[in-house]
Amino acid sequence: MTISIDPQKTNNESLQPKGWLRYFSFSLDHKVIGIQYLVCGFLFYLIGGTLASAIRIELASPMSDFMPRDVYNQVLTLHGTIMIFLWIVPVVNGAFGNYLIPFYVGARDMAFPRLNAVAFWLIPPSGLMLVASYFVEGAAQAGWTAYPPLSITTPQSGQIIWILSVLLLGGSSIFGGINFIATIIKLRRPGLKLMKLPMYCWAMLGTSLLVVLSTPVLAGTLILLSFDIIAKTGFFNPVLGGNVVVYQHLFWFYSHPAVYIMVLPAFGLVSEILPVHARKPLFGYTTMVFSIMGIVVLGLVVWAHHMFTSGTPPWMRLFFTIATAFIAVPTGIKFFNWVATLWGGKISINSAMLFSCGFIINFVFGGITGVALAQVPFDIHVHDTYFVVAHFHYIVYGGTVFIIFSSIYHWFPKVTGKMLNEKLGILHFIITFIGFNLCFAPQHWLGLNGMPRRVAEYDPQFQLVNQISSIGALLMAISTIPFLINVFLSFRNGKDAGDNPWNALTPEWLTSSPPPVENWEGEAPLVEEPYGYGKQFSE
Amino acid sequence: MLNKNIYLILIISLVFAISFWIGFNVNLLPAEASINAPIYDELFKILFIIGLIIFIGMTIAVIYSLFKFRKRNDQIGDGIALEGNLSLEIVWTIIPSIIVLIIGLYSYNIYDRMGGMKELNHSHEMMSSNPEKIWAGISQTSDNEISKNNLSIEVSAMQFAFLFNYPNGNFISGELHVPVDQKVSMKMESKDVIHAFWVPEFRIKQDIIPGQPTVLNFTPTKVGKYPIICAELCGPYHGGMRASIIVEEESDYNDWFNKNKKTEVNL
Repeated sequence: MTISIDPQKTNNESLQPKGWLRYFSFSLDHKVIGIQYLVCGFLFYLIGGTLASAIRIELASPMSDFMPRDVYNQVLTLHGTIMIFLWIVPVVNGAFGNYLIPFYVGARDMAFPRLNAVAFWLIPPSGLMLVASYFVEGAAQAGWTAYPPLSITTPQSGQIIWILSVLLLGGSSIFGGINFIATIIKLRRPGLKLMKLPMYCWAMLGTSLLVVLSTPVLAGTLILLSFDIIAKTGFFNPVLGGNVVVYQHLFWFYSHPAVYIMVLPAFGLVSEILPVHARKPLFGYTTMVFSIMGIVVLGLVVWAHHMFTSGTPPWMRLFFTIATAFIAVPTGIKFFNWVATLWGGKISINSAMLFSCGFIINFVFGGITGVALAQVPFDIHVHDTYFVVAHFHYIVYGGTVFIIFSSIYHWFPKVTGKMLNEKLGILHFIITFIGFNLCFAPQHWLGLNGMPRRVAEYDPQFQLVNQISSIGALLMAISTIPFLINVFLSFRNGKDAGDNPWNALTPEWLTSSPPPVENWEGEAPLVEEPYGYGKQFSE
Repeated sequence: MLNKNIYLILIISLVFAISFWIGFNVNLLPAEASINAPIYDELFKILFIIGLIIFIGMTIAVIYSLFKFRKRNDQIGDGIALEGNLSLEIVWTIIPSIIVLIIGLYSYNIYDRMGGMKELNHSHEMMSSNPEKIWAGISQTSDNEISKNNLSIEVSAMQFAFLFNYPNGNFISGELHVPVDQKVSMKMESKDVIHAFWVPEFRIKQDIIPGQPTVLNFTPTKVGKYPIICAELCGPYHGGMRASIIVEEESDYNDWFNKNKKTEVNL
């Protein structure tokens, strides 16, 4: 049986609500779905950020005095789960992927528009369910890793809702991944070769492969865990002869690639933003493609570095050290290439550029501590301490979230036809950059000197440094205000952007802003040099 | 052109000098109180210096580019159409690979010196006819003369406490007392959820897992009282799950041991 997709039918806008209402509909337009992902993700970012503030308030004093201890564990569990599964993964993949990939391959929509809409509409209910689980016997409190036997012995309803919610979000992620692979491989405009695609397509192809290969493992693991909780089976329950370390292997088989699911798309986005604002071609396109694929392959064989102090035998510790450290090589290549892209350019210092450069600096720092953490003897001291907390926030916040903001400043004119205010944008960058580094840099010291993670109380000798960190968190919370004001004001009466305010060469800018429903009025243009800056002037 | 190269060499040497100075003069670590600690700190110092060189170098490169190549108001048009440079790409693939490989081999050497690659054993098993499978942990230097008179302790962890069983004295203590400069060999098992045994001053950590015994061997080198910290989320009171390790002179330790041993027998 063959199913033919008629773009006229799937995108028949006369059946869809118009105006802002379409953002609340089961729209099949990839642009609408992209914005749905972004706005929905940002709302959950605000919830996750509020929870983070609660954690930093609790940690401003050495005693557990701001909230009950079990609520504290619920807060840190929800903070981690929301930020990963409802903010970063849906936004860097779902939001930007859906908006940009069809433009980049020269298609009028994604390969499977209905699946696309289903993937998005799984997110709001599972997110709300997760947040609401707090009001039913309390939310899950075993951390976002949900290690058994703790996850089996804590109150059940919260943990079960957590599992159900993560399963739905994982399903959404898999649907999205399949859709991206199909779109990039099969929906390319005739004449467009793979090696001519914008870098974000390659990043999304690599990411989607990781999603499709590893997310089902997490799903299977969580289903077994739910059997242990509901049906009293003994897969991971040591009382019934289960093995708790097996859970950790299965969990990290997904959750380490999840880090690349969060950062590879950011690598792709920054590769789109830097050439435009530096007015230079992306340096080393081919090596960039190979390093993405190298990260995908290596990313699948490093998971046990999360378990160096757990039940792992010595030989395993050694193998995973070397595999992990070698990820630094393809990652390093990308960073050198970005700096080389800036070198000799005519750089516009605007909010998008500043957030991208902030990303480079923060991520290099997080990458260096990452190589250190890959070394077993180093990790044995700092595993499960604030050093690790600092490290991964440098990767996912200093890295990916900076790129999300950079992308919003870069593509806001595309989506709305209006420019964002640059002064407010630069203010947003300065407060975020200072707040972020003030919050997380001191935490490295805390971890080295004896503060474990996921604690509500700590030695009084750590109070000063914790308070510095909390002030940084406060600045990060404040930094959202100029951003939100900027978005609302610019949306209502921002400067008119025209179709291509940055004079960019990637295909999404070769149509009107905002784009028409079918993306292009006529044929999709064939863009063979998405980074051909400087060429028309050099001759 | 010559001028440019001199500046470049000058900046690179300055980055190296600053990194080495910080690496040798800024101490971010707590006191060193076990044989493992100085070995760990050696690795830390090397990684810290290499990391600083890369971080400072990259940060200077980004900030310099932003400043030097910023678009002036009177400028129009694009930068140079430079799409890549194969020899440069090869250089920055090979150099990081070599650095990573050297770090890997060096940390293997460190790990070996810490006893990580030694066969996992625990002195209890040597006597037992049916040795239990040990899943993970760190054995220490197989110095035969030390292992002859090492101290065996059985650790059990539960929400939210550590208990230390001294089989030779047939008693259980909530505080871990050990004599200085003597190898301690611990077999650890959890009664409920996963916990972890961490002494920051010793630079060692090992999870304590229900159903799977783990071992941890160490030799304290400095008399004093150090915190034992649970480092794996184990429930609401995880942050309060602490104990103390008291490292004392052998005579003091023997006094303590005999006192406790006697009470236990009288019971």
